[in-house]
Amino acid sequence: MDSNKYLDDISEIKNMMSRSSRFISLSGLSGILAGTYALIGAYLAHGIIQNIENQFGVKRFLTALNSVEKLMLIALIVITSAVITGIVLTYYKSKKNGDKLWDVSAKRLLTNFLIPLLTGGIFCFAMLNNGVFEYIAPSTLIFYGMACLNASKYTVRDVRYLGITVITLGLISAYFTGYGLYFWALGFGVCHIVYGALMHFKYDWKKSKE
Amino acid sequence: MSIINNINKAFDHRIRLGIMSVLMVNDYADFKMLKELLGATDGNLASHTKALEKEEYILVEKQFIGRKPNTRYSVTKLGKLQFKRHIDALEKLIGK
Repeated sequence: MDSNKYLDDISEIKNMMSRSSRFISLSGLSGILAGTYALIGAYLAHGIIQNIENQFGVKRFLTALNSVEKLMLIALIVITSAVITGIVLTYYKSKKNGDKLWDVSAKRLLTNFLIPLLTGGIFCFAMLNNGVFEYIAPSTLIFYGMACLNASKYTVRDVRYLGITVITLGLISAYFTGYGLYFWALGFGVCHIVYGALMHFKYDWKKSKE
Repeated sequence: MSIINNINKAFDHRIRLGIMSVLMVNDYADFKMLKELLGATDGNLASHTKALEKEEYILVEKQFIGRKPNTRYSVTKLGKLQFKRHIDALEKLIGK
């Protein structure tokens, strides 16, 4: 008799439960773009590293020394543009959904993402200081994966699988040191594009078609 | 008719349903968070939380964060049980 009202009640309950505990405005498109930046960055870095390897003796040492700053700059530009794109696109998506960007669920998501990520960041700088370069790439992947895994409790479920994939890649790369850049490109580039596209088609594309 | 009996009159309102849903999946929520999520006015929300508190389905804690008063809500064991029963009853009614 009143079965429509009961159906509304149930969907209201589900909606409130997910909206209050998970941040669902995360933009899939920003994942695709972040992955693309990472691939471009990896391509540029690859050129610089090739350039070092083509030289010998003192010249090689000097080129390598000069290149460190360039590589750092590329990494910085990639990260900054990925973060900015993520914030802007997520802002527009949350506006469209009628949610506030900076609410309790967003804060919770960010805190739980940043704790493992900052741990990894500090740890990697320690390795850099001690000259243990070969495990930096695996560590960044593993800690980033852990950050995604931890944050996934507070957002869409796909982030969990992204985290697990990146952790796996990081562990594999720990056994193939020297190929760090390729694993980076795979983890931060390809994985972001794949999962970003998955999220985009699952949540945004369908909605905009309706 | 036992299913109908499990439909809880205390939850028979969109705002109350919302309050309970939020508190079921969060350890606690404060007044501002509930207000934003449910899109309710202060007075409206206050009267519904009071009603649920009277039934002892939710717990109200008043405290100070710095100098600002802050009201925190959490669900009681009884509230959890009753709300689960209510959802079960709703689902059965739809399934019919």
